Amino acid sequence: MRTISDPSQFWIYLAEQPLFFLVLTVLAYLAGDRISQATNRHPVANPVLIAVVIVGSVLLLTGTPHARYFEGARFVHVLLGPATVALALPIIRHRALIRRQWRAIVGAMVIGAGVGVISAAGLAKALGLSAGTVASIAPKSVTAAIAMGISEQLGGTPPLTAVLVIATGILGGILITPLMNLIRVRDYAARGFAAGLAAHGIGTARALQVNEKAGAHAALAMGLNGLVTALLAPLLLLLL
Amino acid sequence: MLEGFAALIVLQLAGEVIAGLTRLPIPGPVIGLGLLAAYALWRGGIPEPIEQAGEALLKHLSLLFVPAGVGLIAFGDRLLAEGTRLIAVLFVSTALTMIVTALVFRALAKPEDE
Repeated sequence: MRTISDPSQFWIYLAEQPLFFLVLTVLAYLAGDRISQATNRHPVANPVLIAVVIVGSVLLLTGTPHARYFEGARFVHVLLGPATVALALPIIRHRALIRRQWRAIVGAMVIGAGVGVISAAGLAKALGLSAGTVASIAPKSVTAAIAMGISEQLGGTPPLTAVLVIATGILGGILITPLMNLIRVRDYAARGFAAGLAAHGIGTARALQVNEKAGAHAALAMGLNGLVTALLAPLLLLLL
Repeated sequence: MLEGFAALIVLQLAGEVIAGLTRLPIPGPVIGLGLLAAYALWRGGIPEPIEQAGEALLKHLSLLFVPAGVGLIAFGDRLLAEGTRLIAVLFVSTALTMIVTALVFRALAKPEDE
């Protein structure tokens, strides 16, 4: 370890430590979570959005490249894998209810998946976006790894798809509560299912934060929509 | 707790292997989710250590999306290039998808759960 003789070298020293970016990520999230709690989980005070703004501002102000940031942040990112597996927990806990509502689940799944893809591709086309962008935005509602695969299959740009997927998740996490209040859907099963289907893991995180029954249905919708959209992708090729 | 965490990453790895061997377009962790659900249905419940480790991870699921979310800033110029139109598509399509999904779910749901 190098010694720090000059205070101006302090930043350079810190920025070399992957641990610094891990600490920044966790502290920014804690700040976001506190703000979210203080506003009674207000949808706009989304903890992911707040943390991204804080971390993003630090990176922009200090001119830190994303790859350097990710050296530290990947320790958090890696946990997404086992956390996704753990989404089986709320699903299993609510299995009796899910089994009873299988018709609603299958119907909402098929129609919702179709609307998600066709509305995104159709609007993008109508607004005159390039064919590559239309293909990149079509799978925006499914979890990032699946969406990137579909995007590639359709002739899109997978890294652009990853960005659009994350933006969809944050947007969905913010929109779900006010939209459901607006259309007066009060059943947490329906609310959660819509959140997970349209806004994958980030929508599921929001649903889990609000209500466990909503979280269970969101997790189920996220997993199923990944499957359904991946299977529908070849058909989409004909539409685009 | 550690046993539970080990089980979760073993299931993820099993999912990755299955995805690789079968060339399914489904990511390993989502297959792992299915494997854990199938196991729990077979056994009639989830073993306590997995429950504990899983709950710990899910309690702060939002935290795990922060590094990916920061990618928005890194690739922000791509977003800005086709800018407002992309945001408009995401906004309208996401809102529409959620509304239609929730309404269809409600229309088909058994009434006692409303």
